Amino acid sequence: MLRVSNLTVEAGTFSLRDITLHVPQGSYAILMGATGLGKTTLLEAICGLRRVTQGNIQLDGRAVESLPARERGIGYVPQDLALFTTMTVAENIGFALHIRHVPASEEQARVQELANLLGISRLLERMPAALSGGEKQRVALGRALAAKPRVLLLDEPFSALDDQTREDMYALMRTVRQATQATVLHVTHSRSEAQALGDCRFVLDQGRIVEHTHPAPSTAI
Amino acid sequence: MIPRWPNRDTWFLIALGTALGGYVLLILAMLVVDAAHTRFDVIWRAVHDPDILFAVKLSVFSCTISALLSVLVAVPIGYLMSRMRFPGRTLIDVCLDIPIVLPPLVIGLSLLILFQTSAGRALESWFQALTGSGITYEVPAVILAQFMVACAFAVRTMRATFDQTNPRAEQVALTLGCTRAQAFRLVALPEAWRGVVTAGTLAWARALGEFGPILVFAGATRQRTEVLSTTVFLELSVGRLDTAVAVSLLMILIAVLVLVLVRRWGALGEGAR
Repeated sequence: MLRVSNLTVEAGTFSLRDITLHVPQGSYAILMGATGLGKTTLLEAICGLRRVTQGNIQLDGRAVESLPARERGIGYVPQDLALFTTMTVAENIGFALHIRHVPASEEQARVQELANLLGISRLLERMPAALSGGEKQRVALGRALAAKPRVLLLDEPFSALDDQTREDMYALMRTVRQATQATVLHVTHSRSEAQALGDCRFVLDQGRIVEHTHPAPSTAI
Repeated sequence: MIPRWPNRDTWFLIALGTALGGYVLLILAMLVVDAAHTRFDVIWRAVHDPDILFAVKLSVFSCTISALLSVLVAVPIGYLMSRMRFPGRTLIDVCLDIPIVLPPLVIGLSLLILFQTSAGRALESWFQALTGSGITYEVPAVILAQFMVACAFAVRTMRATFDQTNPRAEQVALTLGCTRAQAFRLVALPEAWRGVVTAGTLAWARALGEFGPILVFAGATRQRTEVLSTTVFLELSVGRLDTAVAVSLLMILIAVLVLVLVRRWGALGEGAR
């Protein structure tokens, strides 16, 4: 469960003010809003990459706003994916486990499990430069999921994909969600994406959450 | 339809080609007249002259040490200046460029004066006790003089390299469990590998060509602090133009050899990733 209460974040001349949102355990929340209104800033604050001026962030009831990013247990997929270009797909996915000194056999098994789930088993030895846009998305998702994060933050992950690949990714996200039971906060501009994936929706405008809706049951997964 | 020739693009391409061709021609012309100005037997004599042989060895040794030191210092400075925002950053940025814009003789003179201060003398005494060698007018002075200039170029290269690598990858590494040091070592540094090789190569080449600060701070004593650049000066000063040119050609040969080897090694390192 992710709960953000009265959060204020200063980012140069721009600021987010009094942000409050609650994403229940296992929910898939969509965060919408026009470009440049602070969606990425909010995600960065939640995962610990940006300092919070005021307010609280709770994960499963535990306050994390003063913890460094590495201790929050949040999986983050940025808009540009930022894959590690000098590592293979397998090394990218296993990175979080490698850092935690997980035994190699266990790391390998987890990488294989995620590769199977994401349909990228045949790509494990490739370098990121040799992947298509959709394949890169899957690798970035696998890398974020490897350490079984409590919350997954996705920053416009499908914005650069063609329609067919995007549809494939929606289906994949449903499968991933079923398999991992992850709590997700997903930033997007796309209403169709919000309808296809979201349980609840937040709209950010002028640095504040201005709308919070639960879609009709038929549109939920 | 085939575009009419010449057209506006043609003139632009001719301008680009003229700039490239003119500059490369000038470089090649210098090398050719150098080669034409001396004879093979003079070069042969030069490479068997014990003084020149010493200068070759000291040049290769001092340039390698100063290039390694430059990379060791330039990588963290380049990373810090590229990634962090802190008070006084602009002033420090200007400060880092001073060795690039200062006349080389002034750098040598400044080093000489620095080591005449009480702090400098204390450092020299400490170094003497530690290694048995002084600094001023000794081999360490050669390395320090080369380092002062070479490092500034290495810092610029590393900063540009880190500016061009995506900081987002390091941020993702932080969310995956890395400390900042781990994110630097495991993500930023491997991605900057090509820049590290370029910085080292540039520092080595700068160090080989350095003359002014070495002459002032280390002197040009034969079999002691003489490097190839000072050999050219010494040979010219006693009127042996043929030998000066032969040593110059030797410097060109060594520089090309090292640059090719380092670039090849850099490409291998890149391919292994």
